[in-house]
Amino acid sequence: MDFTDTQDEAAFRQTAKQWIEANAPVHLAEPLTQSGFGSTRTGDLDPIAEAKRWQKTKADAGWACIQWPEAYGGRGASPIEQVIWNQEEGIYSKLTGTFIIGQGMCAPTLMAYASEDQKRHYLPKLASGEEIWCQLFSEPQGGSDLAGLRTRAEKDGDQWVINGQKIWTSGAHYSDYGILITRTDPEVAKHRGLTMFFLDMRSEGVEIRPIKQANGDSGFNEVFFTDVRIPDSQRLGGIGEGWKVALTTLMNERLAIGGGISTGFPEIKALVDTLPLASGQAIDDPAVRSKLADWYAKSAGLKNTGARAMSALSKGEIPGPENSIGKLVAGGMMQDIAKFALDLQGLGGLVTDPEIARSQAQLQAMLMRSPAVRIEGGTDQILRNIIAERVLGLPEDMRADKGLAFNQIPTSESK
Amino acid sequence: MNFDFSSEHRMIQEQVQRFLSDQSPLSVHRAVMEGEQLQASSVWKGMAEMGLQGTAIPEAYGGVGAGYLPLCLVAQELGAALAPVPFSSSVYLASEAIGLYGSDAQKENWLPKLANGELIGTFAVAENLAEITESHVSTAVKDGALNGTKLVVPHGLVADIAVVLASSADGLCLVVAPLDGVARKPVDVIDPTLAAATLDFENTPVEMLGAQGKGWSQFETVLHRAAVLFAFEQIGGASRALDMAVDYAKDRFAFGRPIGSFQALKHMMADMYVALKLAESNAYYAAWALENNAPDLHLAAATARVSATQASQLCARDNIQVHGGMGFTWAYDCHLFYRRANYLSVALGGLNRWEDRLIEALPGAAA
Repeated sequence: MDFTDTQDEAAFRQTAKQWIEANAPVHLAEPLTQSGFGSTRTGDLDPIAEAKRWQKTKADAGWACIQWPEAYGGRGASPIEQVIWNQEEGIYSKLTGTFIIGQGMCAPTLMAYASEDQKRHYLPKLASGEEIWCQLFSEPQGGSDLAGLRTRAEKDGDQWVINGQKIWTSGAHYSDYGILITRTDPEVAKHRGLTMFFLDMRSEGVEIRPIKQANGDSGFNEVFFTDVRIPDSQRLGGIGEGWKVALTTLMNERLAIGGGISTGFPEIKALVDTLPLASGQAIDDPAVRSKLADWYAKSAGLKNTGARAMSALSKGEIPGPENSIGKLVAGGMMQDIAKFALDLQGLGGLVTDPEIARSQAQLQAMLMRSPAVRIEGGTDQILRNIIAERVLGLPEDMRADKGLAFNQIPTSESK
Repeated sequence: MNFDFSSEHRMIQEQVQRFLSDQSPLSVHRAVMEGEQLQASSVWKGMAEMGLQGTAIPEAYGGVGAGYLPLCLVAQELGAALAPVPFSSSVYLASEAIGLYGSDAQKENWLPKLANGELIGTFAVAENLAEITESHVSTAVKDGALNGTKLVVPHGLVADIAVVLASSADGLCLVVAPLDGVARKPVDVIDPTLAAATLDFENTPVEMLGAQGKGWSQFETVLHRAAVLFAFEQIGGASRALDMAVDYAKDRFAFGRPIGSFQALKHMMADMYVALKLAESNAYYAAWALENNAPDLHLAAATARVSATQASQLCARDNIQVHGGMGFTWAYDCHLFYRRANYLSVALGGLNRWEDRLIEALPGAAA
């Protein structure tokens, strides 16, 4: 057991650090530090353009997606080197949020199922941020029950014709490509009738409408498909094997989302360090100290669990469903922290004006965004099911749709 | 960077695990709990033959000198087996205090016998029903003689020597007290396998450990280091309690299906797993900090302690809940883990004290 760098790791860290010091967009450091949860602040500059600029700078010097093979735009680096890079990239890593879904979820799926030509064609531009990808999975009738999705794909010669609707698609409005899961056979059991594709988001018949969220932002979209044509060469995996392909994406989703996840601890610590209460300074209040200790222990636990997962990765082991704990712990914790901060501040805690509120109203933004963290990428309840069934080996829940053909499954319309 | 124990250390852990499952099944724990003996002497002797009591004691003082990493894994197995031996008191506390603060002569005198299990040590702190505080230590040492009463001394009935927190004219101090001739009375406690005693010191001759007046900071240091080892005992017990719950939920049927298929129970066990995983990871980091005397040892230890106490209490409690009525019978083993978990939670001071210590150790905390 060794939590310090080996000689090679120290040398790698030094190289990474020097390159970042020489090339990072230092003018963005200040606004990025003030980024609220769920938003990236880049001052007066366009966040997507700035994110693309930093990603391209990294890619040109071989510092983008460093764990990927060089042929696909990466550096062939080890998992531990990836950890070191993330630590050194620090505040500038906030600029990479735009690319997380494409690089963290779509790319592993492409690597597993696309043709060699396709990988060489699409992956380098995905790594360099020149092209952004999104993930078209959730539907109005298929969220937690993803395999209940209804978007149809019908074969027509060497093309497929897509009709239906996706929802909660992050970044669809600025994406160039997307991976799309569809139903190709409604007459077999629901998990067996699915097929995965990728498509150009500018294809004819694709319509994107932003969703106004409960917190007022619009990071997600509804995407409508009307007779959209996709060549069969853009199918990922076999016909009817879409569920297996989707699991590849989802496993990586939990790694990508659960990895270096925010917990809200630094924000609450900064607040209570200076906040006065009726009883004296907040940091001296026993109730505050007790909560703070619990949250610190949880955030340290997540960090150390991530470190253990990386050790397992570096030994060639595949991180398993136990990594589902990251988002489960962080989501609830963030909401608890934001609520606690509100209570401590009283009415002042309601202020969302970044010019008036502490730390640009980061905790207020967290209060309003954290409910979504507990839903997106697997609800708290689905994550607990995954831990119970796939880690602890408990029996699966009784299901009313078991063994039924998809088109025979009861719905709220058929009841 | 490597965030896991080495295969050599894992081998030691497996040996200990095999030894304990063979020699210290829960029937041995029950025999001690029900008063047939004060401790499992044969288990203690077997552990001594494996050199376990001396794992982290330097070779120069009769130990194995293998450091704290293997000792952490030994602790984890002891916690899982609920072994009724005075290992935590003797090894993590008494030996540690003497190793840290004893003179060469004291170390030469005591450590070899503690390392080979010939002597059992303990740590005598509490005096009444409240947690001990710096300004309320009434057991006092004067001219090398100790007077006063320590109320709940774990393993006090079987220990040969005690490291005692006492006051003196120059402030608090830690002293070593040989216990022959000291009056001891059994005291009933939640975990009856503790061989807990009230010790009445009456002009007991003692040796000072280190400088007089430094007792409180020595005490705190010993507690922080022991907290890492206790955390491993806690995660060992928590992990076994979770396994018991999962096994039972797979086997037990109600409403025509295994109760483990109900989400209400699955989610409860998922939460137990989450608490355990966080505690394990924090304990791993603290093990490294202890072995390397890292600058953030106190923060790492308090963090491990807080997480391990949470996980241990949650898993022991909800293991009973998953078992339903059967979990509340004397015959089922759930209460053994519940009893031990509650002892371990307060052994070094309760959760609220450790939460406070954690915040104290955080960088940038206001004084």
